[in-house]
Amino acid sequence: MSNTPYLHHQHAHCESGVTSNLLAHEGISISEPMAFGIGAGLFFAHLPMLKVSGVPGTTYRIWPGAIFKRVAQRLNVTIHAEKFSNPDKAMQALDAVLATGKPVGILGSVFYLPYLPEAFRFHFNAHNLVAYGKQDGEYLISDPIMEDVTRIAPADLVKSRFAKGVPEPRGYMYYITGTSKDIDMAKAIEQGIKQTCFFMLGPPLPWFGNKAIFTLANRISDYPKKLPPRKAALYLGNVVRMQEEIGTGGAGFRYIYAAFLQEAGQLLKRDDLIAFSERLTAIGDDWRHFAYSAARILKARQSDIVSYDELSELLRKCGTQEKELFQEMRKLKW
Amino acid sequence: MNVNEVPQDPRNIKPGDTLKKLVYAVDKDGKYTGVNSAGWEAENVAIKQAWDDIDEHLAETEAQVRAGTLSPIPYFMQKNLMDLALLARYAGKWQWQVKRHFKPGVFNKLSAAMLEKYAQIFNITTAQLTGFGKNNS
Repeated sequence: MSNTPYLHHQHAHCESGVTSNLLAHEGISISEPMAFGIGAGLFFAHLPMLKVSGVPGTTYRIWPGAIFKRVAQRLNVTIHAEKFSNPDKAMQALDAVLATGKPVGILGSVFYLPYLPEAFRFHFNAHNLVAYGKQDGEYLISDPIMEDVTRIAPADLVKSRFAKGVPEPRGYMYYITGTSKDIDMAKAIEQGIKQTCFFMLGPPLPWFGNKAIFTLANRISDYPKKLPPRKAALYLGNVVRMQEEIGTGGAGFRYIYAAFLQEAGQLLKRDDLIAFSERLTAIGDDWRHFAYSAARILKARQSDIVSYDELSELLRKCGTQEKELFQEMRKLKW
Repeated sequence: MNVNEVPQDPRNIKPGDTLKKLVYAVDKDGKYTGVNSAGWEAENVAIKQAWDDIDEHLAETEAQVRAGTLSPIPYFMQKNLMDLALLARYAGKWQWQVKRHFKPGVFNKLSAAMLEKYAQIFNITTAQLTGFGKNNS
C-alpha cells in the first residue's frame, strides 16, 4: 500500500502526537494542537475515590483513545481499532499490518518501555506510540514524546501492550484504513470546540469538567487538616506531575489548547478565537504559577495550613477564569 | 508562557536521562511554537518526591525482610512500583492471597510454580527472589 517512508515528528502529548504523525503519513498535514483541539482532548477530572497507587486520580485530558477516534471521524478518515484477549494474536495482528507498510498506533504501559527515561516509568497504562516496522527481530518505534525514533524488543512490547491495572490496554491498536479528499476543517474545528465546552461545563457531577477544579481546590485546603504531612505532600505532588510531567505541553494541556485556538483562528480568519487563545495562555500561566507554588510547599516539606489554603485559592482562580472562558466559547456563532 | 521563559532545569533524578520534551510557548510575534525543554524545577521536585517516597518505603521494607518479619514479595512488589491490587492482578490471585505470601512462613512453603510466577512478574530469577534478604544478597 503506502510506500512512503514513515516520518517521525516530536510532539508534546502522546495521543495527539500519534494522531498527527499517522495522519501526516497518509498525506493529511495537521499540527498536534489541531489534532488535540479537533479531538476535544482538553478536560479536567478529579476522582478522590479512584486511587492510583494510593493517590487520588487527577487528569487534565480526556480518556485515552478518544482523541484519535474523534479526529478520524471529523476529518472523514476511516480507521480500524482493535483489542485482543490473547497476546500472541495481538502481536500477529500487529505484524500483519506492519508487513503492509502501514504504521500502527499502539496503547501501552510506560513501565515496560525501556527506551523511556526511568524517572517517568511508572505504571501508567495509557501511553500511545507508533510501530512503523520490524527489523532484526525488533520493532521500530516512533514515540511522539521522544526527539527521535527508537526500537523495542518484542518481549517488552508484549508486556507493555498487556499491562494490568487501570486501565488495561489489552493490546489495543489502531491504524488508518482510508482517507477522503473531502475535509471540512471549519466544521471539524467547530465540532471539537463545541464538544470541549460541553465536557467542561456539562457534567452535573462534581468530579468531572470545570466543577472538578473546585472539588480539587476544596480537597487541597483540607489536606493539612485531614492527612498526615507525608500523604498530603504526596497527593499534592501527584497533581503537579499530572499537570506538568511529560506529555502535557505545559500547564496541563492549556498551552496546547491555546495553540489550537490560535491556529484555528488564523485558518478561519476569526479574531474571536485568537482572543480566546490569548486568554487561555494567561490562564495557563496561572496554572503554572499554581504548580510552582505547590512545588515550593513540597520542597519545604512542611504542610502549614496557610500555604495549602493559598494553593486552593490559586486553583479557584484558574477554575473561575476557565468557567467564564468556556461559557463564552459555548455561545460562539458558527 | 513566552519562548524565552521555557525552563531548562535538568531532572537529574535517574542516570542517563537526556530527554528534552516538547512544550508550547508564545514567540515574540505572539505565535505559538513548540520548544524543547530539559525540564522544570517545579515538575522535577514532584517527580523526585514520588521516587524518594518509593525509596523510603523500599528501605523500610528491606529492613523488615532482613529482620525476618516480611517475605521478599512486598520488597520486589514495591521495587516494581506495584501496589497489592496490581500485583494480585499480575499474579492472578486475590489480594488476600498475595498478602498471605508476605508472611515468611507462608512464603517458604510456596510451590515452585508460584515462585516462578512471582519471579517472572518481577523480572528476576527464582533464586534472586528466595535468596533476597539473606546474608549479602
